[in-house]
Amino acid sequence: MTEAAVPQHGLTSRLYLLVWIVLVALTAATVAVARMNVTAFAALISIGIATVKAGLVLVFFMHLKHEPLILKVMLGIALLALSLIILLTFSDVWYRWGAHVHS
Amino acid sequence: MPAESMATPEKSYLEDGGRFRGLFSWIFTTDHKRIGILYLTSVFSFFAIGVILGLLMRLSLIEPGRFMSERTYNSLFTVHGVIQIFLFIIPGIPASFGNFFLPIHLGARDVAFPRLNIFSWWLYITGGAILILSIFLPGGAPDTGWTFYAPYSIRTTSNVSLAASGIFIVGFSSILTGLNFVTTIHRMRAPGMKWFRMPLFIWSLYATAWTQILATPVLAITLLLLILERSFGIGFFEPLKGGDPIMFEHLFWMYSHPAVYIMILPAMGVVSEIFPVFSRKNIFGYKAVAFSSLGIAFFGYLVWGHHMFTSGMSDISRVIFSLITFLVAVPSGIKVFNWIATMYKGSVRVDSPLLFCLAFIFLFSIAGLTGLIIGTLSLNLYLHGTYFIVGHFHYTMFGGAGFGFFAGLHYWFPKMFGRMFNERAAKTAWFIMFIGFNILYFSMFLLGLQGMPRRYFQYLPQFRTNHILSTIGSWILALGLLIMFGNLIRALFRGEKAPANPWGGSTLEWTLPSPPSRENFRETPVVKGGPYTFG
Ligand code: HEM
Repeated sequence: MTEAAVPQHGLTSRLYLLVWIVLVALTAATVAVARMNVTAFAALISIGIATVKAGLVLVFFMHLKHEPLILKVMLGIALLALSLIILLTFSDVWYRWGAHVHS
Repeated sequence: MPAESMATPEKSYLEDGGRFRGLFSWIFTTDHKRIGILYLTSVFSFFAIGVILGLLMRLSLIEPGRFMSERTYNSLFTVHGVIQIFLFIIPGIPASFGNFFLPIHLGARDVAFPRLNIFSWWLYITGGAILILSIFLPGGAPDTGWTFYAPYSIRTTSNVSLAASGIFIVGFSSILTGLNFVTTIHRMRAPGMKWFRMPLFIWSLYATAWTQILATPVLAITLLLLILERSFGIGFFEPLKGGDPIMFEHLFWMYSHPAVYIMILPAMGVVSEIFPVFSRKNIFGYKAVAFSSLGIAFFGYLVWGHHMFTSGMSDISRVIFSLITFLVAVPSGIKVFNWIATMYKGSVRVDSPLLFCLAFIFLFSIAGLTGLIIGTLSLNLYLHGTYFIVGHFHYTMFGGAGFGFFAGLHYWFPKMFGRMFNERAAKTAWFIMFIGFNILYFSMFLLGLQGMPRRYFQYLPQFRTNHILSTIGSWILALGLLIMFGNLIRALFRGEKAPANPWGGSTLEWTLPSPPSRENFRETPVVKGGPYTFG
């Protein structure tokens, strides 16, 4: 990434702090969901939250926001592949005993 | 294609070793061509070991118990499978021909990260050495089959952890090669080398490289979990501890199915180069061939479950995976159609590289069609775990990827080493191999239909005839391999000097002297048209 693309300092530290607070909040949410006993959806919700967190880290902390389009597309391909793989795995895990899993 | 001037002879890359001399000028080189040769020799050395183990298995099967024990047989098929897959056919074409020709095809001087490139060869050799070590250390060679299925792989006392660590390391070499290739293709193309002017070999390497980057980490994680489980008894996959052994199969095939496309795609790229040259006709449907590579790579991710139809996964999953499996046949069919259409009304020159390509089409088509048979859920229930599967994957990996590799070997040998081989000997070898191959593996289809299970040391009397037939085939094939490699090794020392362009090819490597100089191009070429200029 070129230096010029980095946003200015004062602005960024506020932004980074904000992102960090959101990350902590989402971690708390993951813990809360784990205790709520939502069975079949627990994994889905946890993976969803984790995805949002990873996205925030990538976009802000790892400066994906300022990278050229091609890198975003490449990351998109990787994410698409990963989501499809997880989805297909769940076509087994969710339905393995005939109906939804009761833990 | 630009006409690179064929000026005064320079030192070739074989003479110019850079900073070091002797052996060091090879193992510490950063020249992509020397790295390509390093890989070529290492990959074929492992192949030779793998073939010998295969022949030993076939020998044992003519009279079980006479030549070896059950335990030895179990180790043989495991080590044979692991070597042929992870040390021969996966790195095979991309790491050898890919390294050698990718920069040249793009009009570049080297890959994007030359040091990372030699590092990846070191990782490969280290991993390979650890794997070989696991055969000889106390505990004994792994005996799980190359698939390392849990829970047996957790419980056996053989050296599974060591072998898995070796594969883990080899995997990183594969990831780094993929990373290097993707970056090189994006960043190092010569002026005028637009995406649709790239040779089709590069398109196939591009699709392969993506698969290497995206799928191999899954293998790394899976093996790490297996090692952790064996060392600390964590219980990811051990049913006695609430683990899920089917999850191991998912994770394993999430890598190992895309890996099948890491093996076959580069071979498809090689034959896509050879057909136009030997038909003196442009490839039929350039874009269709290019995009079908990407299509195969993409669908290749979504079909791993067809290895697990009888493992006890959910019915919905089984139907979905069977359905998607049929879709992969479409891009593969497009390719086969286009190669044949390329030859149609061309002026075909039947030299050894083309013969290997024709064998490739024939064997790969049998592989693909039997693939549809076992991809059908209902038939799979009957054929799973039989010799039908062993026949099918040898047709794919050996008949497909392997023969594609040999095709490229004959096509590019003059360029890489500056010598011509004996064409008659090459054709003889091809013929003997082709016959031997079909006797060896077609009888396995018959055995499978009769119900002979794979990975069995012993068998019922009714399977004996086909087993003996298959073993005889293995000797014929071995003879063919000996002649082929003997011919090429002899050519290294005694072959006639090769001209710059013995086959009349039109891609950039043929504008360079044989063998090329260390820098490849004196001046960066400027590309003005597509890769094939036969009209
Ligand atoms: C002359 C050459 C070869 C011979 C005679 C041979 C023979 C065999 C035989 C007899 C088996 C089945 C053993 C059993 O199920 O009981 C086997 C398994 C296997 N072969 Fe080969 N093979 C050869 C070359 C290759 C090549 C080139 C590859 C890959 C590119 C390969 C990959 C495999 C794999 C992956 C297995 C499965 C191992 C397992 O069950 O875990 N083989 N081979």
